[in-house]
Amino acid sequence: MLAQVFSAVDACASTTADTAACGQTYSDFLRQWLTVAIFTGVAFGMGAVMLGIAAVLRPSNKRTGAYQNQKRIGYESGVDPVGSGWTQTQVRYYIFALLFVLFDVEAVFIFPWAMRLEDYGTFGLIEMLIFIALLALGLVYAVRKKVLQWL
Amino acid sequence: MSAATAVVIAGDPLLSGEVDLATIGIVLLKVLVTFVLLLVATMLMVWFERKLVSDMQNRIGPNRAGPFGILQTLADGIKLFFKENLMPERAERRVYALAPFLSFVPAFLLFAIIPIGGNFADGGDGTVTIFGKETYLQLADPPIGILFVLAMSSIAVYGVMLAGWSSGSKYPLLGSVRASAQMVSYEAAMGLSAMAVVLVTGTLSTHNMVVEQAGPGLWGILPNWAILTTLAVPFVIFVIAGTAELNRPPFDLVEAEQELVAGFNTEYSSIRFALFFLAEFMNTVTMSAIFVTLFLGGPAGPAPWGPAWVWSIGWFFVKLVCFLFMFVWFRATLPRLRYDQLMHLGWKVLIPASLGWLLMLGAIRLTLDNDWNPALVGTIGLVLFLVFWALLRGANASAAARRELDEELTV
Repeated sequence: MLAQVFSAVDACASTTADTAACGQTYSDFLRQWLTVAIFTGVAFGMGAVMLGIAAVLRPSNKRTGAYQNQKRIGYESGVDPVGSGWTQTQVRYYIFALLFVLFDVEAVFIFPWAMRLEDYGTFGLIEMLIFIALLALGLVYAVRKKVLQWL
Repeated sequence: MSAATAVVIAGDPLLSGEVDLATIGIVLLKVLVTFVLLLVATMLMVWFERKLVSDMQNRIGPNRAGPFGILQTLADGIKLFFKENLMPERAERRVYALAPFLSFVPAFLLFAIIPIGGNFADGGDGTVTIFGKETYLQLADPPIGILFVLAMSSIAVYGVMLAGWSSGSKYPLLGSVRASAQMVSYEAAMGLSAMAVVLVTGTLSTHNMVVEQAGPGLWGILPNWAILTTLAVPFVIFVIAGTAELNRPPFDLVEAEQELVAGFNTEYSSIRFALFFLAEFMNTVTMSAIFVTLFLGGPAGPAPWGPAWVWSIGWFFVKLVCFLFMFVWFRATLPRLRYDQLMHLGWKVLIPASLGWLLMLGAIRLTLDNDWNPALVGTIGLVLFLVFWALLRGANASAAARRELDEELTV
């Protein structure tokens, strides 16, 4: 599909451009995303319709008072909540998120190589070996720094 | 880019070429069919899971609403419509109200790129003819299908995170923090193992992946499925990471009842809870479909007689149900992991394994292409593997030793 689009760009760039043909391919490319966009609309619509129907059907007791307010208290095993709901959590979770960014960015670089493995050939393989080795060293460093040690 | 190209782009390329009623009709029909299929599959999956788990636990399970209790999900859904919608007093009102959409919409969208049928038999490229137009039995085939899957599962993390945070309560917050750390950890492993399939098939589009996997493979008898061409390990990693991504047992620490009540959706009630619930089961169905598409050749399969596209839909659903059964089986048999075991598995086993396997697959393919000496390549690979393994073991040991030292100092 992508190859088609690129070849279409080449076809359109040549002086003897077949305008209708290259328009058609761009069209296909964008129509796929248009379909996804329509489906997004359907998904939002579905949620909205469900909430709308429920809003009509369900009981709604807006009265306030000592008794009615009880049901709006956050759940904390049946006793009144102590302190704020937004407690501090361990910094470890944050470090995992940082490490994830590292590996996600890495994925961005590896995907193109994986797709065009034969074209990059030996050069690509060795290049990727060095790249992944550096990242693996980063992972080893994180392990050594006890970042990945939970207990 | 020439002037002609610029003119084409400027002149609304969506409408260039032929757009007639049939084209629009096909798109609308596909949207409708996908929508209905997904909702019905989700409903049946909830029933299937409850019935199967009760069978495995020697219970009867739902058997009141409809034959074999098949309408139980519908009855539960209708009940939720009549429940009062509570807003906890400390909730961040707007985020609390909108967070369910962030879970629900990506779950819906994921199914858009799943090929559910097509003429793949005898070297077909999967096109079928509807209303005199050639099209795929798949809602959309964006050229970066597999990246779309990863993107949507990333967005689903926001739904979980914001739902837990906006509730203004402790259990949901803890649940959502756990969930987001778990989901991002396994997403890295998932992306890296999906890359093995990209490497073997040489495409990112889900439709082209199925085309590449159709037809005979090794020795003319085995199928050309990616589970075989990637030598099984990426499949195992992907299934483990996918299960963790769905927060399903044995990775359901997010909603560990004994510790966190119900996890991030503790404070949700009524139809907003139903949206989270639907999203969870939709994701289960879709993730099974992604396993099928990436590793088991999707709808591709033999068609002994009759139209091939009917057979392909049959093959797709047979494979899909196998994975749905697997998920339920996991739930009925496996105990939940501890959080440190979960993180250990994700970061120290799955991510290095998938990275190493990717390099190995690349090396094998290039060795075959370029007639390199297999023994030499194998030796280099083994040496590199041993060096990394020793480094990781050493780092682990050093971390453990220093941890003990820290504990002695603090006591």
